[in-house]
Amino acid sequence: MSDAMDDLTPLRQQWLDRISGASDPAAIEEVRLAALGKKGEISLKMRELGKMSPEERQTTGKALNAVRDEIDAALRARKLSLEDAALDARLRDEWLDVTLPGRPRRQGTLHPISQVTEEVTAIFADMGFAVAEGPQVESDWYNFDALNIAPEHPARQEHDTFFLHRAPGDDRPPHVLRTHTSPVQIRAMQEQGAPIRVIAPGRVYRMDMDQTHTPMFHQIEGLAIDRDISMAHLKWTLEEFCRAFFEVPSVELRFRASHFPFTEPSAEVDIRCSWEGGQLKIGEGNSWLEILGSGMVHPHVLRSGGIDPDQWQGFAFGMGIDRIAMLKYGIPDLRAFFESDLRWLRHYGFAAGDVPSVSGGLSR
Amino acid sequence: MKFTLSWLKEHLDTTATLAQIAEALTDLGLEVEDIHDPAASLGAFTLARVDHAEPHPDADRLRVCRVMTDEGEKQIVCGAPNARAGITVVLAKPGDYVPGIDTTLGVGRIRGVESHGMMASERELELSEEHDGIIELPSGKVGQRFVDWLAEHAPEKIDPMIHIKITPNRPDALGVHGIARDLAARGLGVLKPVQVDPVAGAFPCPIGVTIAPEVAAKAPFFAGRVVRGVTNGASPAWLQKRLRAIGLRPINALVDITNFFTFDLNRPLHVFDAAKVSGDLILRGARAGEELVALDDKTHALPDGAVVICDDRGIESIAGIMGGAASGASETTTEVFIEAAYFDPISTAAAGRALKINSDARYRFERGIDPAFTQSGLELATRMVMDLCGGEASEVVTAGALPDTDRAYRLDPARTTRLVGMDIPEAEQRAMLEALGFRLEGDMAHVPSWRPDVLGEADLVEEIARIASLTRLEGKPLPRPRAGVPLPVLTPLQMREKTARRMAAALGYNECVTYSFIDRPSAELFGGGTDAVRVENPISSEMSHLRPDLLPGLLAAAARNQARGFADLALFELGPVFSGGEPGEQSVRISGLLVGAIAPRDPFGSRRKVDLYDAKADAEAILQAIGAPAKAQITRKLDGWWHPGRAGTIALGPNVLASFGEIHPRVLRQMDVKGPAMGFTIQLGAVPFPKAKTPTRPALELSELQSVDRDFAFVVDAGVEALTLVNAAAGADKALIAQVSVFDQFEGLEGGQKSLAITVRLQPKEKTLTDAEIEAVSRKIVEKVGKATGGRLRA
Repeated sequence: MSDAMDDLTPLRQQWLDRISGASDPAAIEEVRLAALGKKGEISLKMRELGKMSPEERQTTGKALNAVRDEIDAALRARKLSLEDAALDARLRDEWLDVTLPGRPRRQGTLHPISQVTEEVTAIFADMGFAVAEGPQVESDWYNFDALNIAPEHPARQEHDTFFLHRAPGDDRPPHVLRTHTSPVQIRAMQEQGAPIRVIAPGRVYRMDMDQTHTPMFHQIEGLAIDRDISMAHLKWTLEEFCRAFFEVPSVELRFRASHFPFTEPSAEVDIRCSWEGGQLKIGEGNSWLEILGSGMVHPHVLRSGGIDPDQWQGFAFGMGIDRIAMLKYGIPDLRAFFESDLRWLRHYGFAAGDVPSVSGGLSR
Repeated sequence: MKFTLSWLKEHLDTTATLAQIAEALTDLGLEVEDIHDPAASLGAFTLARVDHAEPHPDADRLRVCRVMTDEGEKQIVCGAPNARAGITVVLAKPGDYVPGIDTTLGVGRIRGVESHGMMASERELELSEEHDGIIELPSGKVGQRFVDWLAEHAPEKIDPMIHIKITPNRPDALGVHGIARDLAARGLGVLKPVQVDPVAGAFPCPIGVTIAPEVAAKAPFFAGRVVRGVTNGASPAWLQKRLRAIGLRPINALVDITNFFTFDLNRPLHVFDAAKVSGDLILRGARAGEELVALDDKTHALPDGAVVICDDRGIESIAGIMGGAASGASETTTEVFIEAAYFDPISTAAAGRALKINSDARYRFERGIDPAFTQSGLELATRMVMDLCGGEASEVVTAGALPDTDRAYRLDPARTTRLVGMDIPEAEQRAMLEALGFRLEGDMAHVPSWRPDVLGEADLVEEIARIASLTRLEGKPLPRPRAGVPLPVLTPLQMREKTARRMAAALGYNECVTYSFIDRPSAELFGGGTDAVRVENPISSEMSHLRPDLLPGLLAAAARNQARGFADLALFELGPVFSGGEPGEQSVRISGLLVGAIAPRDPFGSRRKVDLYDAKADAEAILQAIGAPAKAQITRKLDGWWHPGRAGTIALGPNVLASFGEIHPRVLRQMDVKGPAMGFTIQLGAVPFPKAKTPTRPALELSELQSVDRDFAFVVDAGVEALTLVNAAAGADKALIAQVSVFDQFEGLEGGQKSLAITVRLQPKEKTLTDAEIEAVSRKIVEKVGKATGGRLRA
């Protein structure tokens, strides 16, 4: 047995020397073929085993297998080390200027009105308010009469209404571009009945255009009707909303008696704030800022919505989405909301991933 | 509505401070818009005495004065002609802010002489326009505060002016007396009753009055009387001051009296020069074509049916709105006819709107004045006319009858508490209503004649809540509609809008919000601009028609941004478009617009012009995000604002989900956009909603068997559409072919042909494919494509 091994020693050494002498992958391959290929020296020797006696075959075969395995392992190791060396050499030459800008990617944005609408929706959804919608071209009845604004009511004149054209000979009252989101109250009540909790965000229109007015702006309406909803619930709801929306630890609201034809009693709502160096801070200070109008839904309005005012009662409120967006995010000019100036959209816009939620906070 | 504090105190006995009154007014619903309190800026100034005055060594008109102040003697240089020894003056010291010159004083040197302050004129302290000299006071001690001196000796000079906003339901607060009533009800003082002592008529009224039946409803009641032998001149100083304080110009005593009662008691009056009235007066409806030169010296065409007051000569006055110039009272009037009438709010408003006259009288009549006070107003005016102008009064002549305003509503104190959420004892509720003039009989509250706005039980609740103060209201948690985690509240379409919007932003588009109304030519370019969607009273011709599409707004936005130097734009809008002018003829869409290059210049050469396939990819990405089925047809049934050859629609049969492509160059030219521009529009509501909502996904089917990819390049005519070829290939063996996609296109081959290369994925389901099987499918693909497109394999 030891004879067999001894016989193979030079062969083994010879091949191992050739392997360590191979200096590139091609040379390694050449060695591999010469040793272990079909007609390689080791392979040929393996084939000769068949001519031997069983004893010879056992001893020589074992030794030969061991040599073959050793050569094979050496080939692999050498190959790997050569590859590593080649890779290191290549990497030494591979260098990129990492300070060059990345490939450009367009940055899209959401308009503050969309973002704020989602914020408001998230808060009210948590309080069980669904989102109701209605047409922006409204009949005179939904926009006014149903809301207790009779044709000659002075409030109707103050609404600066846009009217739609009527065909000649058409005697019905002209349709209007809704002057507020309140008609959605009526439609929602008619569709769902009581109890009901909805908010209705959307575009509204008034014939007004100056420094602080645009002929189109956005309102959000809130309506909650149940057996025993009172103005105290309204106040709490708005306090909670303002606290969550403005993301401050606490807010103080002041209800001031006012008049809206569709609510009774009616209140304008002010929020405590301070203006220091032109910077608005909600929740502290000695100033009051009017933010919305609200009240208990007028019996006439409930009846318009098909709800019995002797059985049901509740509150409604309305506020300007653009306005609360301006207040929260420090946006100075309402008119710019609708000018689509790319610089403005980028500066005041929100990223697609900034999804407001009650759990994660409304703004970044 | 403006008034001064002293005027208010004529009606309210109160010790409340200005701040308390202002706070209460706002809280009561009479929102204070502005307070001008002259005393607020005078607090620093003190009295001083000039002990010595001698000419300035270097200036003829200046004097160097030694002035005794509360801080000892000071040297002050003064240019006033009346600066002289012995006078008591108002001193502003270094460090004081002087409102009339908007300056904070320092120690000055005037022509080489130091001056330690200034002696003020009335204008410098904003007390009047007086600036001929410094203030000389007839009394006062050195060091006394000037405001204290004024309060004692000339309170009218520092009478604060209060400006409140009146909501349309509160005509009663358009008179100072009504404002005082609210404050008294709140407990801020005691309301002083209006004393009316009728003036007995000395002779029959020489002017008769009749109301024509046709206007009986519009002008239910008219009262008047003549005062003869009056001397009309300037009104007394107290009256002039009062009117000036609220921004009215005194004219003459008779006119000033009418203005005074308009604001004092919300009782508009009119005075005719009786000598210029010919015959009796009749109230009738104006007829088409009639005109009047009114007191504003303008000729007004009178609307048909407006109530006018006529004498034998013709129209002399427009009822409740404005008198005529011809018969108005002037300085030469010696005989005056005083009118106190009640006109219907609705018809006065209609006439006023048609006339476009905004007068204090119209403002009040259209909101509703107190009809029951008509004759009392006439008596008070008569007395004041006689007091100020002399003369003797005739008997009162009346026509018509006062409307009956008596009505009562049930006061349910428990309901008040339930609605307001504030516990107000019944006795307090009743007391509040009584303080406002309601008369309570049992649980029925009779409404005072000056409150036309109170029309139901709910109004009683509002009055009580208002007087009780909503500021005191404490919030009470609103219970959730159900216990536990809130249910989702958005509708599928609302969710879809949210998703589409965020997807568009994620794709790099900037969201715009543009106006719903656009100009007619732009609307017409996009299939709109008809009369049905025309705004009758647009704010400008740029905003005259409801938009039929979102693209015009985005194109206009692109043009504006291009003008600012931004050439690469990706804009989108999600919002309503209008197919007609009826409520509900509206649907929600999302449109995107791409102009310029997809990216700024960079070192990698990424920059290239946007093309139709960018718009298509983005439209498809949004469609996929909102759950549109993956397999939709692409057609070329296009609206006219798309490039005829470079745009398409994505549809499910007849249901068009989206359009995409290049905007027609002619549209771009008309909208001043430098193109080319690509766009897409998705009808969010057209995408079918899943029939049953289930979160469960279909099971993932993964084959154990290796799939095989085979590439084919076909030569086809240039007009052959890729989808035809792809569909043909896919149809070759529906069971085996899992996917076909185009991976190369090469145009400009010989004979106007092009090469389209596709890769086909074969996914065996039962056993691994043999070469022969693959070969067979390949042959079938070539055959099918050849049949459908005339294409052949590229050599």
